[in-house]
Amino acid sequence: MKILVCISQVPDTSTKIILKDNNTAFNSSGVTFVINPYDEWYALIRALELKESGIATDVHLITVGRADVEPIIRKGLALGGDEAIRIDADSNDPYETANYIAGYARGAGYDLILCGKESIDYNNGTTGAMLAELLDIDYIGFAADIQIEAGSAIVTREIEGGEEVDTVNLPAVISCQKGVAEARIPNMRGIMAARTRPLKVITPSALTPVTAILSYELPPAKAGIKLVSSDNMDELVELLHSEAKVF
Amino acid sequence: MNATESVKAIKGGEFLIRETAAESVFIPEEWNEEQLMIAETCTNFLAQHVTPNLSRIDEQEAGLMPHLMNEAGELGLLGISVPEEYGGFGKDFKTSMLVAEKLGGGHSFSVAFSAHTGIGTLPILYYGNAAQKEKYIPKLASGEWKGAYCLTEPSSGSDANSGKARAKLSADGKYYLITGQKMWITNAGFADIFTVFAKIDDDENLSAFIVEKGFEGLTLNTEEHKMGIKGSSTRQVFFNDCKVPVENLLSERQNGFKIAVNILNIGRMKLGGGTVGACKEVITSSVGYANEREQFGRPISKYGAIRHKLAQQAILTYASESAVYRASQNMEEATELLLESGVDAAKAKLKGIEQFAIEAAIIKVHASEALDFVVDEGVQIYGGMGYSAEAPMDRAYRDSRINRIFEGTNEINRMLTVDMMLKRAMKGELDLMGPAQKVAGELVSIPDFGGTEEAGLFTKEKKYIANFKKAILMVAGAAVQKLMTQLSKEQEVLMNLADMLIELYVSESLQLRVEKLVNLKGEEACKEQLDIMRVYINDAAEMIAKAGKEALNTFAESDEKRMMLMGLKRFTKTEDINTTQCRRNIAAKLIAENKYCF
Repeated sequence: MKILVCISQVPDTSTKIILKDNNTAFNSSGVTFVINPYDEWYALIRALELKESGIATDVHLITVGRADVEPIIRKGLALGGDEAIRIDADSNDPYETANYIAGYARGAGYDLILCGKESIDYNNGTTGAMLAELLDIDYIGFAADIQIEAGSAIVTREIEGGEEVDTVNLPAVISCQKGVAEARIPNMRGIMAARTRPLKVITPSALTPVTAILSYELPPAKAGIKLVSSDNMDELVELLHSEAKVF
Repeated sequence: MNATESVKAIKGGEFLIRETAAESVFIPEEWNEEQLMIAETCTNFLAQHVTPNLSRIDEQEAGLMPHLMNEAGELGLLGISVPEEYGGFGKDFKTSMLVAEKLGGGHSFSVAFSAHTGIGTLPILYYGNAAQKEKYIPKLASGEWKGAYCLTEPSSGSDANSGKARAKLSADGKYYLITGQKMWITNAGFADIFTVFAKIDDDENLSAFIVEKGFEGLTLNTEEHKMGIKGSSTRQVFFNDCKVPVENLLSERQNGFKIAVNILNIGRMKLGGGTVGACKEVITSSVGYANEREQFGRPISKYGAIRHKLAQQAILTYASESAVYRASQNMEEATELLLESGVDAAKAKLKGIEQFAIEAAIIKVHASEALDFVVDEGVQIYGGMGYSAEAPMDRAYRDSRINRIFEGTNEINRMLTVDMMLKRAMKGELDLMGPAQKVAGELVSIPDFGGTEEAGLFTKEKKYIANFKKAILMVAGAAVQKLMTQLSKEQEVLMNLADMLIELYVSESLQLRVEKLVNLKGEEACKEQLDIMRVYINDAAEMIAKAGKEALNTFAESDEKRMMLMGLKRFTKTEDINTTQCRRNIAAKLIAENKYCF
């Protein structure tokens, strides 16, 4: 069984977001980038577990980005990926990204494609579903557990008040969230092996994105906390009405 | 003195008489992708496995430390510098230094880690024969066996060669029977392999032995109660006719003291890396707290008194780090040269390191004292919470203190710095005499008022550093001339000279690093680093002036003294700079980034 894991590069969670060009672009200068945690901690590690348990034979990684994303690809290889593919393009548009990945994965014989439930930078959460549609295979989102049995994936999803268990025939695309696997730290053997594992760079035919980012806006600064005495419910109601405007 | 030499030609101690080109030094901003990945593995290991368990570690929860060591072993962190043929990863000295730095903030775990990978493993790796290496090294590199090192005794600490432990050959000639008592043995509680130093019969010098935990006659005392590093296992180890097979003699008879000294040279450098890592952790905590803690309606990081502390913490850390990696690179290159000349790998490494023993001692002192300053100010920034055992500064403060004591006390290392420098001069390995005479000549000539050279970004600092060298050559030269053989007994003067050398080496390393960084990234991207350099060198000039004056006042007299004091003033003169503004700039960056960020 061949697994393709989609990974993307995102700013480290502790990054201080600074905008530039009149708030139309993110200033990436001095920013530390990491593998999107949902892609790494859950999708990639589950794929590696399936390989270690003998169910999968190959774990490939794919990302869309320029050469500057290669450090995160090599980290994926250091964790245990067998080979990696970099689609040499810039894309912040999920449809464009899904098209690039589909262009590579179509006919490449992957039985399972895993990705994170969303990337923590743009939080679209739609690439996986679009990819499945483009490849004309099934999609299950927000998996909290994935088991493979006889050509099917048994996927547990958390739903309001309980769990839902779905069975999907492979090939399929599954997006992963917490619970699917546990984060790992790359070991020295993996780090050293990463250098020698294949990293294919593919130049895609240019696509026109269907969305564009017009401007960015930082969330408003946190307002100060007002403490209201428990004896003073009238004041609380008044503040909720006039300041917080909850009703 | 003005000739800029390529670093390959630079020998240990030559920083006093030669200039180094900025492009030839290694700076930590040059780590490659693989090294950064190794660093990230260390950082994540600490964050996920060590930091959440620090209290349990300090309580010495049964089995926890060996378990953490096993986990580090599974990640390959115990075999970084062990050759691949012995199950390690054969990484260079700088990379192993990076690992020491990144794990340096791990408190007691860091101590266990450094003891195992340093003094626990290296004596066998560098001095063991093929059979010894094959038997022990793979298991030490994987962590299956843990290592410890038994040198210190109740009555022999700094004077290590005076140990009372004795070894005698058994009647059948198959064993050495070791009898003695060893003290302050790190990792003793869970170690499987001990490198033990003892004198055979009435030998003048120590020999070294590989002793397995299960050998008959080895017993352990209970855990010592310590001021800090409470989670690190420290015990006395008793040897009572401990039966050690003759094949476990390490290296040759009476070669033990040399082994001990050479292994300590590595340990001192690594201690520098580890303490720099600890400094960074403490600064990050300090900045975080200063940004969060509000007094008089504003975060305390808005106040100048706190900003000064944060900046000074960062200045010392960045300066120390510059020296650590400059020397690491020098050692590596010296080793490479020896390898090219046909020396075998282990010997080349030891010789390379031995050549930079002066720098190792300097780094040990500077970095351990930098950490003590950083933790002290960390406590102060935390205020009342700094004194609470619930906040992180309590542990940082207590754990820091040992670094000025182990791997040779800072006093011993200061004396060694001067002693080694002078011995090399006596042996003709280091030409101090020529440059010292030149400086003496300069004293009676018309002073150089400068102004002829082209003013570049580093012109002033380079001039100051060249002058620091003159100041040291003048004071040291006069001390040797006046005190002659008595100099070794004038420990106060030795301390003064060591302080001057330390400030010179660190100032120069810092200046070279910033110069290289500016060449790589441009001046605009290095504004705070330039401020760090300016403040450090400004302060170093004053420290060199003070130490030099103290020394001259000890042994010089009358006109000669007056002349040298005037020379000292000239050689330590710097232009006034607004250090307050520089520190504000440095602090502003730390505060904005909310972490150590240089």
